[in-house]
Amino acid sequence: MLHHGDHGTTPPAPAPPTAVTEPQRKDTATTHPLRTEEDLLTVRHAVRAAALNAGFGLVDQTRIVTAASELARNAYVHGGGGSIRLEIIQHSGRLGLRLSVSDQGPGIADLDAAFIDGYTTGAGLGHGLGGARRLMDEFHVRTTPGSGTTITAVRWASDT
Amino acid sequence: MSAPAGAGVPILRLGDVLVTGLLSELDDKAAVALTEELTQRVASERVRGVLIDISRLELIDSFVARALMELTTSARLLGARVVVCGMRPAVAITLVELGLALTGVETALNAERGMTALGWSRGHLPQEGAGDAPPR
Repeated sequence: MLHHGDHGTTPPAPAPPTAVTEPQRKDTATTHPLRTEEDLLTVRHAVRAAALNAGFGLVDQTRIVTAASELARNAYVHGGGGSIRLEIIQHSGRLGLRLSVSDQGPGIADLDAAFIDGYTTGAGLGHGLGGARRLMDEFHVRTTPGSGTTITAVRWASDT
Repeated sequence: MSAPAGAGVPILRLGDVLVTGLLSELDDKAAVALTEELTQRVASERVRGVLIDISRLELIDSFVARALMELTTSARLLGARVVVCGMRPAVAITLVELGLALTGVETALNAERGMTALGWSRGHLPQEGAGDAPPR
């Protein structure tokens, strides 16, 4: 059966209370194409720089860049290319980094299966989607069979 | 001894061990090219060990993890051990959360311990003129 619509998760850890209002944007967002292998490398640098900008420590930077790398590769390999948008956001005085990865590919037919470690329809290890979700505080997938997938993921900086 | 284009990093031979490293700018193609070249050279040079330094690698995602695991398996089938050394702590933490334990891949804290694991000791170093006293 095709899975249609939203599938969001919010791990318990440091995620702030559910936002009723859209978190305020603190900085200008940037959008980067995911059309070539080189784009995947460029995006890692851009994500690293944005994470540094938002005040994340080294481990969090590594988590975010790794999650971005997984999502970007998914969009490139399975989605036929797409784009990633990076935004530094602010909520209740905390800074966060939001990644929005979109493609216009075939969509994810079985979203629940796609989150299972080891499940793969391609050449990867099948840890990309579930792994990326574990590396981020908020993770939201919108996929429509035949017209594409958008994954939005947020990591919040710890309180200082 | 020259590396074919593609891998982009030197592969040195020290006795029966091949020594190389991964750079932070590792893209998918380079990762595949390097693992293929290493596997070829394990066979052609009949080495018993491969040391891969990853201290410059700023992230390991599932693609690179898979490349390392497959290289380890291929090398083992050819009778050689692979030791991955120098992983950054942030990379280790992220890998665990990603759900990838690099199962089957031998690791060492740094290159020296990796070489020791592969049967090298400081006894291999020339003694004359060396500043350090030989280990007992």
